[in-house]
Amino acid sequence: MEEKKLAIIATKGSLDWAYPPFILASTAAALGYETEIFFTFYGLQLLKKDLDLKVTPLGNPGMPMPMGMEKWFPTLLTALPGMEGMMTSMMKKKMASKGVASLEELRELCQEAEVRLIACQMTVDLFDMDTSAFIDGIEFAGAARFFEFAGESDICLYI
Amino acid sequence: MADFDEELDASGLNCPLPILRAKKALAGMESGKVLHIIATDPGSVKDFEAFARQTGNELMESKEEGGKFQFLIKKA
Repeated sequence: MEEKKLAIIATKGSLDWAYPPFILASTAAALGYETEIFFTFYGLQLLKKDLDLKVTPLGNPGMPMPMGMEKWFPTLLTALPGMEGMMTSMMKKKMASKGVASLEELRELCQEAEVRLIACQMTVDLFDMDTSAFIDGIEFAGAARFFEFAGESDICLYI
Repeated sequence: MADFDEELDASGLNCPLPILRAKKALAGMESGKVLHIIATDPGSVKDFEAFARQTGNELMESKEEGGKFQFLIKKA
């Protein structure tokens, strides 16, 4: 049986949206898929050594709030200072209590399983990002490099 | 439950950790050996069925007992 291939483009840099690429990639690798994630724009935050990702309720009416707080915080009030930090810390606590892996752990599992992590070179240049802030073992490349793999993939996801 | 060679307690862990830990445990085992997995994630029932179908490892048994899910997987 030939190895299946999964290609993912990770474009988002918030705590909640950081999960799908790493969960899907690590699971695919466990199922025997050859897997690659191409990180572009805000997705590059997911490759930083020190992950300082946040979740924001702002502009996200679908986000469940603890203790029925949505009754007290209509959308506009979620813009108040401190809300982002509070929601981020609540989300992290919730995840830990439910046995959801930390992002660092999932990312490490991906690397152990030889999921290839590719940072978009153009984004690095665009935002003058310091490449020493990124984890080891990643590759820097462009769109053509992504298509080389994505073109032969069985599944291709844009997240 | 039949005999097994190795045991993995994935209680308290959520998707996809039970699968990832099982994959790792199986990687260190010889073909034909049996891994016993204990999990509390209700999603793990369907996940281990799918894992077995896609990796060729045989899911010999799957059952629930007192809120815990137990699986026996034979390494291909």
